[in-house]
Amino acid sequence: MKMMNCRDAAQLMSERYERTLSLRERLSLRVHTAMCDGCSNYGKHLDVLRQATARLREGKTGGDH
Amino acid sequence: MSNASAQAASPPWDEASITEIRRDMMRFARMRLRDSGAAEDMVQEALMAAMKSAKGFAGRSTFKTWIFAILRNKIIDHIRTSAREISGSDLVGRAGGDAELADFDVLFDQRGFWNSDDRPETWADPEASFEQDAFWTVFDTCMNNLPEHIARVYTMRELLELDTAEICAELGITNNNCFVILHRARLGLRECLENRWFQGEVR
Ligand SMILES: [Zn+2]
Repeated sequence: MKMMNCRDAAQLMSERYERTLSLRERLSLRVHTAMCDGCSNYGKHLDVLRQATARLREGKTGGDH
Repeated sequence: MSNASAQAASPPWDEASITEIRRDMMRFARMRLRDSGAAEDMVQEALMAAMKSAKGFAGRSTFKTWIFAILRNKIIDHIRTSAREISGSDLVGRAGGDAELADFDVLFDQRGFWNSDDRPETWADPEASFEQDAFWTVFDTCMNNLPEHIARVYTMRELLELDTAEICAELGITNNNCFVILHRARLGLRECLENRWFQGEVR
């Protein structure tokens, strides 16, 4: 199996918020991120984006009131 | 401002808290509409609707949640109406445009690995960033830097919490197109936040 590149990994990390990834996709992603700091950070950053938009939805933007 | 017990006793819509809630609502609406006139109208309408029937609210946080729900519904209606005005095919055409593809492709080298300049770094303490007003100003700027049709889909997905199937149907695009657009939104937003906020923090 061809080693997944960062471009494909980034796309799958986004798509996992939209659909269930196949077992094969999940495995290749795990193999790639285990060896790639950039993509491992990318995955965490997408979670941060999620948290930020959740805050926006609730109007919790800014200091404690 | 007032302490917790005073807050619980006074009505949630006293002048100080309305000013504050209004500010948060304007931020919420502006980010979604890109039309500050429409944003202002909608915030005003939501506030009026909320105050008309706000008697049953014990605390400010329930009041705030509720008023944001009103605002969110108004914005969804507005986006639905305006989404019908742009044709789905136009959206798809532009989503696949060469110029834009090149724009996002520039983050990766020829083999599809991160360019060293664009490789995602460690972000220090995002939770602490969330507590700072300046962070949200940057977030706002980064949303506005996204191409408009990309920002629209991302907004519907993440800020208005519609599911992908619903967005696709609304805009007349395929699921796959939706995924690609959302992926580009996240790529662009992340890159912008790192460059304009997190990079400065770490170093
Ligand atoms: Zn990678």
